[in-house]
Amino acid sequence: MSTSTLKPTSTSAAPADRSGNGAPHRDGYEPNMVLATQTFDVVGTRPVRHDGADKVTGRALYGADLALAGTLHGAILRSPHAHARIRSVDTSKAEQMDGVYAVVTADDLPEAEDKLVDVGEGDTRLSYVHGNVLAKGKVLYQGHAVAAVAARNQHVALEAADAIAVDYEPLPSYMTAPEAMAADAELLHSDLRMKEFGEQTDKPSNVAEHFHWTAGDVAEGFAGSDVVVERTFDTSTVHQGYIEPHNVTALWNHDGRLHIWCSTQGAFVVRDVTSKILEVPVSNIKVTPMEIGGGFGGKIPVYMEPVAALLSRKTGRPVKIVMSREDVFTGTGPTPGSHVRVKVGATTDGKIQALEATLAYEAGAYPGSFVAPGGMCVFAAYDCANLSVDCYDVVVNKPSSAAYRAPGATQAAFAAEQVIDEVASKLGLDPVDFRLRNAATEGTRRADGPKFRRIGCEEVLHAVRDHPHYAAPLTGPNQGRGVAVGFWFNVGLESSCTLNVNTDGTVHLVEGSTDIGGTRTSIAMQAAEVLGIAAEEILPEVVDTDSVGFTSVTGGSRTTFATGWAAHDAAQKIVAEMRARAAKLWSVEADQVQHAKGVYSSNGNSIVFCDLAAMSSKTGGPVSATATVKPRGVGGSFSANIVDVEVDPETGKVEILRFTAVQDVGKAVHPSYVEGQMQGGSVQGIGWALNEEYFMGADGTMKNSSLLDYRMPTTLDLPMIDTCIVEVANPGHPFGVRGVGEANIVPPPAAIANAIHRAVGARMQRLPMSPPAVWAEVAGS
Amino acid sequence: MQSIHVRTKINGQAAEFLCEPRQSLLEVLRDVLRLTGTKEGCNDGNCGACTVEMDGRIVPACLVLGAEAEGADILTIEGIAEGSALHELQNAFLEGAALQCGVCTPGFIVASKALLDSNPDPSEEEIRFWLANNLCRCTGYDKIVRSVQAAAERMQQEATP
Repeated sequence: MSTSTLKPTSTSAAPADRSGNGAPHRDGYEPNMVLATQTFDVVGTRPVRHDGADKVTGRALYGADLALAGTLHGAILRSPHAHARIRSVDTSKAEQMDGVYAVVTADDLPEAEDKLVDVGEGDTRLSYVHGNVLAKGKVLYQGHAVAAVAARNQHVALEAADAIAVDYEPLPSYMTAPEAMAADAELLHSDLRMKEFGEQTDKPSNVAEHFHWTAGDVAEGFAGSDVVVERTFDTSTVHQGYIEPHNVTALWNHDGRLHIWCSTQGAFVVRDVTSKILEVPVSNIKVTPMEIGGGFGGKIPVYMEPVAALLSRKTGRPVKIVMSREDVFTGTGPTPGSHVRVKVGATTDGKIQALEATLAYEAGAYPGSFVAPGGMCVFAAYDCANLSVDCYDVVVNKPSSAAYRAPGATQAAFAAEQVIDEVASKLGLDPVDFRLRNAATEGTRRADGPKFRRIGCEEVLHAVRDHPHYAAPLTGPNQGRGVAVGFWFNVGLESSCTLNVNTDGTVHLVEGSTDIGGTRTSIAMQAAEVLGIAAEEILPEVVDTDSVGFTSVTGGSRTTFATGWAAHDAAQKIVAEMRARAAKLWSVEADQVQHAKGVYSSNGNSIVFCDLAAMSSKTGGPVSATATVKPRGVGGSFSANIVDVEVDPETGKVEILRFTAVQDVGKAVHPSYVEGQMQGGSVQGIGWALNEEYFMGADGTMKNSSLLDYRMPTTLDLPMIDTCIVEVANPGHPFGVRGVGEANIVPPPAAIANAIHRAVGARMQRLPMSPPAVWAEVAGS
Repeated sequence: MQSIHVRTKINGQAAEFLCEPRQSLLEVLRDVLRLTGTKEGCNDGNCGACTVEMDGRIVPACLVLGAEAEGADILTIEGIAEGSALHELQNAFLEGAALQCGVCTPGFIVASKALLDSNPDPSEEEIRFWLANNLCRCTGYDKIVRSVQAAAERMQQEATP
């Protein structure tokens, strides 16, 4: 690669691409730059999103906005203990209260069969999903649901839930992986047996799974290294922090059909998991995904849907339940706290010789902590033959962990990217230069085995090195600049899309991917590109599970990639049909009709899409096409940060002075929303780095379960977040798209830690790097 | 529980409703009057999703009792656009991609309008200070702040003869 990577290679990436994105940076450069490598007519432009008017006027309907006639309101009773046996549950007083219609407990659920169930991004045991929905026999975390009530209104429901008497026998609780792994720790699940190296063992344990990936000879690699650094890191549990609490309305109709309206990242996951829990055929359940007020992975699991359904079946009326903010913190999946050891060895020529990591992640109450992707990502940016990655998935008495934006990778990067930085420093090398000398590239073997196809790790690092920010002088004492790089996959899974051509030349697009951040538009744009019409002429609609083919979750950075691909394929079918229609018009064969940019032509005849659509009735009837995909050409994304901080040595407070996010996005379909993903992921990473944590008391209960005390970043905590979009086309996608939603959260905590080290010499080995933690390190160093 | 009869003004129109003494203004707006554009994110005044303007001040509707609306003049997100024309802030949020999931957007727009009404040319720092009680978890605030700046610029241009 040359050093000219910062020169945009297409005309569309020049200043015209600014699109009102604000004034140039004070150093005179474009704050949001796009390093485009290929251009299209629609893909790569910035139209107004199709659902925009609804969302700026308050008209968009989120789940909590739904009010069906006759709706009852539900409330859930949650455990006050981190770990306790349930001796008895007495619901009689609640049931007799005026305005109470029904009460349910785990006894109302069918017995869980011992089988696996797909919960959106992988399989888990059905009994775990069951146990998390309503606790049976034991509560495993504060906030664990025990019973639920349906009543006239929410106030009555809450009072009735309080009137349920539960007799608990408290048990010892374990809050971190090392505590739960101790030899004398009591078992959270008496039937849990450790899975080790891919085999099911008969060892009772709080370690649900242990696996180990190795390549080459790590001992030899370290022996041949001139510099070896080894450190251990811990990170706290943090929450996805979406602004909209979970909500559901369920109506179990008298004909046996169950209709669920909810806020979810995967309507089909809700349908399928609810079907397994309640033992109702999927064909009897219809799920309508309402507008979703944020998810970040946390709205993939099913929590209240089966409970609301049971209450509706008992009462014969729609039942609506909306979580409180405290319920969201204590009752829904946070991301795992972690304990990670990393060891890196390198020679004086700047080549890494060995990489070793041990990762123990808190799964929460039930197995499944995303430690595996943590292990896959921990050294993904580096090409090294000698590798060892050892992973432990550990159950603890915290809420069952859920995906959170690149789940597992941020914790791993916080550890690895600090040790990498320290090695570079000991070798006297620039941290970006050191990373470049060892950067993963096409053909590099990852710790877990697969070899990378075309990736943009080097291009991202070049963009960092060449960025004006990287060369800008710092302006005062106690300031430091840090860098870090991170990786995340994008998954394929399954998507469906239908296009219906209207006689006025517009096209209705029907899809099943709930739209969290503008994907209606990024999907529609891909259909528009193929059809040669404007993005605004496609009218996208997200519909219920009865009205579109199966579509997997909005997650895994897959929606624009995979559902966009389904839209692309459906559009190609429309083009083929339109060629046939034009052929009929001109009495020629379809293969004699050419199509380019919405114009169909043959032997001097030509007709535009709109006019051809108007004649559909005369040329054979409605034009419609459906495509389904299960793409395999997935391409992961590398992301890097340059961050300047200033540390107040008196208080330990860290201020972010300047932040630049760089990411390989393959092809930015809608650059404004890609920038938005990069900026949003960066700021979630900043919050994780500096403020956010589940602050747990000695009794295992959360002491900061409000948005005041769980301090997420506000406008006032932050500078503008500059972005640099790098486009290394994914050869596995028609437009070169890579998933962009997640990789951006991976590097920030590590980059900030490296900046703090350069500012004040303290090496931060624990998250969050809150003022007391930083102050203690500064005072000690 | 005996209901209270409240007479108030919402989005320029006289309005009256019955509410329980314990019901918040947020509950009344959403559940009684079905003005669901005002969102609930925390119900304890810390997220700003339910920001409304009441007698010229912005307040979280979850911390105001419905009964306190007696005689008040209230503006919600439903009253920001004039007829078929969006407010410049709404246009700017759309053009500047200042929303992702959109659930915090009504609160941000109501709060930003109150800012521009009192300070037509705010600095970036003033915008960040004013909006610090409105949480957004999707955007990182960059595009929100820029969109408020863009709206302020356009409104000033329009105001200049």
